Amino acid sequence: MTGRALMPILVAALLIGAIPLFVSANTVLNFLVFTLIIALAAQGWNILGGYGGQFSFGHAAFFGTGAYAAAILQSRFGINAWAAFAIGIAAGAAIGWIIGYLSFRSGLRGSYFALVTLAFAEVFRILANASAITGGAAGLLVKLDVRPENFQFASRAVFVWIALALVVAVLVLTAWIERSRFGAQLVAVRENEGAAKALGVDTLKVKLTAIALSAGVTAAAGALYVQYFLYIDANIAYGTWISVEALLAPIIGGAGTVLGPLVGAVTLHGLGEITKTLAGRVPGIDLVAFGALLIVAVAFAPDGIIGLARRLRARIGGGGGA
Amino acid sequence: MLYSPAIVAEAVVNGLMTGAVYALVALGLTLVYGVLHIINFAHGALLTAAMFAVWVLHSAFGLDPYLAILPLAPLFFGLGYAVQRFVIGPASHGDDGNILLVTLGLSILIENALLAGFRSDTRTIATDYGFQVVEAGPLLLSMPRLIGFAAAVAVTVLLWLTLSRTDTGRAIRAVAKEKLGASLVGINVGHVYAVTFGLGCACLAVAACLLMPTFYVNPRVGNAFVLVAFTIVVLGGMGSIPGALIGGLFIGVVESLCGLYLGDSLGQIGIFLIFILVLLVRPTGLFGAKA
Repeated sequence: MTGRALMPILVAALLIGAIPLFVSANTVLNFLVFTLIIALAAQGWNILGGYGGQFSFGHAAFFGTGAYAAAILQSRFGINAWAAFAIGIAAGAAIGWIIGYLSFRSGLRGSYFALVTLAFAEVFRILANASAITGGAAGLLVKLDVRPENFQFASRAVFVWIALALVVAVLVLTAWIERSRFGAQLVAVRENEGAAKALGVDTLKVKLTAIALSAGVTAAAGALYVQYFLYIDANIAYGTWISVEALLAPIIGGAGTVLGPLVGAVTLHGLGEITKTLAGRVPGIDLVAFGALLIVAVAFAPDGIIGLARRLRARIGGGGGA
Repeated sequence: MLYSPAIVAEAVVNGLMTGAVYALVALGLTLVYGVLHIINFAHGALLTAAMFAVWVLHSAFGLDPYLAILPLAPLFFGLGYAVQRFVIGPASHGDDGNILLVTLGLSILIENALLAGFRSDTRTIATDYGFQVVEAGPLLLSMPRLIGFAAAVAVTVLLWLTLSRTDTGRAIRAVAKEKLGASLVGINVGHVYAVTFGLGCACLAVAACLLMPTFYVNPRVGNAFVLVAFTIVVLGGMGSIPGALIGGLFIGVVESLCGLYLGDSLGQIGIFLIFILVLLVRPTGLFGAKA
């Protein structure tokens, strides 16, 4: 991988990583952790949806599985938090692979794939809401025991850096995918699946790898959510909100780009905070802005903010050269 | 667990009556899918909006929910026409993935605008006939739900006749079959798309009027219906009107029986399992043409 590809990642990491050094307000750090968790979930969506063109409307299935696996293993089986975190990621990836195997084998794509992922997330939500091991509707608490070996920290700044480290790791992973043979095949599937198949690409295998990676990353976001808030219930874990967040951020930021999900998540939640400040505490007002922004983005910026920036740079660069 | 035949029969009949209104909601969805080949994710939010409209007309002007069909069906037809013509159409540039995203954006927008405007309280309408029952042999049937059943079946037949007998219906079917050919013989495709979307929304308005005497409304109520409607549409075959009716009745009965045997919290799971199964095994549905 060239330095040119890693430069923007480094800049983004330093910019965000420096904030806790200067700001100690809890609201700001909370905002950062939450936005980074969303960015991580969105990065997962981006691998399958952005690069692979398979629009999932049910990434909550993976977020929730990561979250519940981490929480249940810790609180019911007393397994170490870091191990539970890793198992959560693996569980999410496995669920992703299974859902992918079932739906891609049946040739589902487009709207049908969106619907089936949505339905899986709903089934998980209903099950988690009704079964005993997940704590049912009351949810599940992870015991407060602030020690580094428990993946619990007194300082919120540490959480910012951990979340950031995960986001950066996935940024590097995505940049690597973009340049790899697997990434090229994935984009070929997005652009024209029939043609890719005719050229000898094992499209099923490519899509399955993509959904497992995608689900694993989003599951990491879910497990991180549990470590930070120490609580999870079915509507948080498997609710539509997280499926929508995971999809919105890449679409707004730029689907199928390395930085798109992070840029989108920061933009959306920044905008959400601004709207809430301007409009007062009217419930749902920030989401009204999200919905409007999604429509505007699809209409006028099909490649998101990253796409707009590229177009702008090309125009300025072209003007300077002439 | 074994229930007496009378209880099971009552669950089946109740399921049929709920199913008819489900069918009406699904009808709008399947119509739009059959013609525009898109899944309208804003369908649930539009239903919620229609239900709030019924509630507002009742609480502000004392208008009976059934009479509210008269102003609301044309109003929602116009609304749907405008949304497709001026928002979904232009914003999506004719790309299927974009249409999916634009309707998702609309759904988030409408749902949360309603939340901001009406807050999350659950509201109901009290009518004189809300708890009236009709005796049919050993069964006691709720009067408003019986009316809902009859009206939903009537609207389905009416819509089917419109599509098969009128010029507008022929134009809609022509666009559904072959967009380019239809535009070559002088059919305005953009207009037909918008009319179809408008008809879908008018179905929702009628469904909302039929639901409100026995149901409640809050900003998220549409979500529950839209997932059921997706199931019905997939089960009945995307684009098939008889499929939507039969699928709706079937799903109503499944939900009712699952509720009886599994309890309320797991009652809906039967629907989603059917949904996933049909999608995986036969995505063209029971009545749909082979893809």
